[in-house]
Amino acid sequence: MTAPGNLERVLTSGGFAVTAECGPPRGADPESIRKKGGYLKGFVDAVNVTDNQTAVVRMSSMASCLILKEMGFDPVLQMTVRDRNRIALQSDILGAAALGIRNILCLSGDHQSFGDHPGAKNVYDVDSTQLIDMARTMRDEGRFSGGAEITVRPEIFIGCVENPFADPFEIRAPRLAKKISAGARFVQTQCVFNVEKFARWMEMVRDLGLHEKAYILAGITPMKSPGMARYMKNSVPGMDVPDHLVERMASVPKEHHREEGMAICLETIERVRAIKGVAGIHIMAIEWEEIVPDVVKGAGLRTRP
Amino acid sequence: MIVADRKPFDEIMGMIESCERILLVGCNECVTVCAAGGAKEVALLASQIRMKRKAGGRPIEVDEKTLERQCDPEYAKSLAETLEGYDAVLSIACGCGVQLVAETCQGLRVLPGLNTRFMGVTEEHGVWAERCQGCGDCVLDRTCGICPVARCAKSIMNGPCGGSQNGECELRHDTPCAWQLIIDRLKASGELSRYGEIAKPRDWSASRDGGPRKRIREDMKI
Ligand code: SF4
Ligand code: SF4
Repeated sequence: MTAPGNLERVLTSGGFAVTAECGPPRGADPESIRKKGGYLKGFVDAVNVTDNQTAVVRMSSMASCLILKEMGFDPVLQMTVRDRNRIALQSDILGAAALGIRNILCLSGDHQSFGDHPGAKNVYDVDSTQLIDMARTMRDEGRFSGGAEITVRPEIFIGCVENPFADPFEIRAPRLAKKISAGARFVQTQCVFNVEKFARWMEMVRDLGLHEKAYILAGITPMKSPGMARYMKNSVPGMDVPDHLVERMASVPKEHHREEGMAICLETIERVRAIKGVAGIHIMAIEWEEIVPDVVKGAGLRTRP
Repeated sequence: MIVADRKPFDEIMGMIESCERILLVGCNECVTVCAAGGAKEVALLASQIRMKRKAGGRPIEVDEKTLERQCDPEYAKSLAETLEGYDAVLSIACGCGVQLVAETCQGLRVLPGLNTRFMGVTEEHGVWAERCQGCGDCVLDRTCGICPVARCAKSIMNGPCGGSQNGECELRHDTPCAWQLIIDRLKASGELSRYGEIAKPRDWSASRDGGPRKRIREDMKI
């Protein structure tokens, strides 16, 4: 066993973890990843790289993770089951581990009809829960999903996502339980705007004892404008932006929109931090990565080495 | 049943552009029920084609026929005897019917007049919806009679995904989330505790992924 990655170390040592999301470019430009990485340096414990998010083609998560790793980050490789079957997924898990990319986040992925290739064939050979189980079996039992033995096991830290705001609400904690029993050790949630609902979900999570089996990081997204708030509320499936926040964003003059978004963001962080069982935050500043340092500093979270 | 849609009229006209005499063949089974390729639709399409071609100054002869079952060689073969003098056969059966007719009518162009869509049910008059993808290893016993393969946009076996909202699939407002339906039924029958079991990865080799499929009943062969 080699030493655990930074994210795992922070979480297992009881620290309040801060992770941030980095969207790769729509081109073969490594500099844009380095630039985004530059904003985050010293402010986060790990950086997630999305996997063709919203089914729009971008630089691969694996390549972007490697660039970030070379910059000294502990990257989180997001893997959706939309575009790859179990053969490709397992192959990428081995590849990631070989490159020293330790954190793997397993998710379903947005349906391709949302993206820029709606005519693409989707895969969905396994689902996200099955991917978690497959990754755990590879690491702990040294076996592929097909049963064959693995020569050198991948040393990975497995995570999953959960959306407390999707329906049916009462199944959201039990579904997380499934993912955790499949092998997820950290959880990054959908962006939290409706803190009351998130707190109710966390209560169900605690009732099932899940906060003791996995580290739960609350998703945080700073809003830039009332337009963005409205868009997320109305057009992004599974997103819950309460009316009062949309109104609050709209109530200030245009030049103060970002300030107001930041204020809401910091209040949200303060409130989710106070909820028992929340082990960290995951900042998803969509195409606004440069704001992450202000969020971390504003929230009074320690600066990362 | 197999549900199909008629191809756009212009696409059909394009396919028969060079023809002067065609046979238009319907089927009395599924496509009659879903009002895409029965005797009624044969008559309608035939007269539309004739009118359009006549208006364009290039009349076409369209003969009409509707077979009991185009996917059954017994009926498809009966066509072969009557094909003298046709430039093409335009079939408005499902893709299976078109292919069996093509096998039967060697040497003649056989054209599809429908787009075959899915295996489904009649939800209400004039509304058909997909229910099964013929995966070859039915799991309906574990999913309260609701198919996650065909009815979940991501064929998730441990659903629902994070896009399920208000009972709708993230894909479209008019498509119910299959997993919401499954959870509702688990609840109604007091079996929600079963939700905890993790469904293992599927063996897709029984599905189309295993290559074209065939079923043989030795005892029935003549
Ligand atoms: S599980 Fe397979 S066989 Fe059963 S309804 Fe669904 S697709 Fe059809
Ligand atoms: S919303 Fe429901 S039906 Fe649609 S992809 Fe997600 S789980 Fe499947």
